[in-house]
Amino acid sequence: MNTCFVTFDSADGTPIQGYLASPEGNDLRGAVIVLHHLPGFDRATREITRRIAVMGYDALLINLYWRQAPTASPDDAAAVARAMGGVPDDQIVADAAGAAAFLRALPTSNARVGTIGFCSGGRQSVLVGCRVDVDAVVDCYGAYVTGTPGPDFPLKVTGLESMLPDLRAPLLGLFGNDDAFPSPEDVDQLEAILTGLGKPHDLVRFDNASHAFFFVDRDSYRVHAALEGWERVSSFYSAHLGA
Amino acid sequence: MCTYLTVRANVEGSVKGPTGPWVRAREAIVYFDHPSHALAEHTVNVDFPVPGAQNGERVALELTAQAARDLIAAMTAVLDSAPVTLTGLRLGQPIGE
Repeated sequence: MNTCFVTFDSADGTPIQGYLASPEGNDLRGAVIVLHHLPGFDRATREITRRIAVMGYDALLINLYWRQAPTASPDDAAAVARAMGGVPDDQIVADAAGAAAFLRALPTSNARVGTIGFCSGGRQSVLVGCRVDVDAVVDCYGAYVTGTPGPDFPLKVTGLESMLPDLRAPLLGLFGNDDAFPSPEDVDQLEAILTGLGKPHDLVRFDNASHAFFFVDRDSYRVHAALEGWERVSSFYSAHLGA
Repeated sequence: MCTYLTVRANVEGSVKGPTGPWVRAREAIVYFDHPSHALAEHTVNVDFPVPGAQNGERVALELTAQAARDLIAAMTAVLDSAPVTLTGLRLGQPIGE
């Protein structure tokens, strides 16, 4: 595996930092855009990016806070973005579109690109699936894919219900049944909408797991959910990204 | 979702990190969210942004909920023990007033 920091052009022309992890060799393969959680472009999410490369895909982690705090440590950059109310959806879409173009231009690209996001990134992964040409979408416990938070919520986000008719790729969702954001009822609502729209989807729910169950540095880590979750992700990408 | 209410408070004072120097504290951003370093799932986080910083520099604090309560109690006790003529506060003045 090879890793490096790269600069790619967002669809709005802004140069954006990314972290690229690539399998060894020149075989044609699919690629994955990684959308980090609220704490930012951090070590934990880079480890996940490398894990996806080990699965056999070129994986590009976008530094979603690059515009706001380009040389800050991940936690300082996250604090800046948080104080601003988060990153606008239009910026996410532009950066993801640029990332998809970058990945499809790689000499190893088989032209298939997926997404994966965690927490706020989970919602963003679905957002990208509705507005960017991608081939597979993975949502790890993203809140406010459905429903909109109240006015006191520090992040300026809205539900994606109006965009879901435009979802253009199969969706794999991974959720903990002890999570409150999103709650099991929120996941039920998403399932009902996707079924009504005829969108291919698989929403997997884990008992004895809450939010952030993939993150090994936290009390929320749940080995049973994380291991099965990664197996589900691997099978899903194998089916849709052709590794 | 990981994050809840965010409160921005105007403050007056100074802060200093481990490598210094002292900087003026003009604002505190307080929220309950996942910490970056503290060993807890959620903490009360307080950011003192460095005025005029270009890259997000701040002095940051992460405390468990109980520790935050204990700190509030400690600060209140200290303030109540000092002469009103020095603090400018009434004895027992409610927090937030």
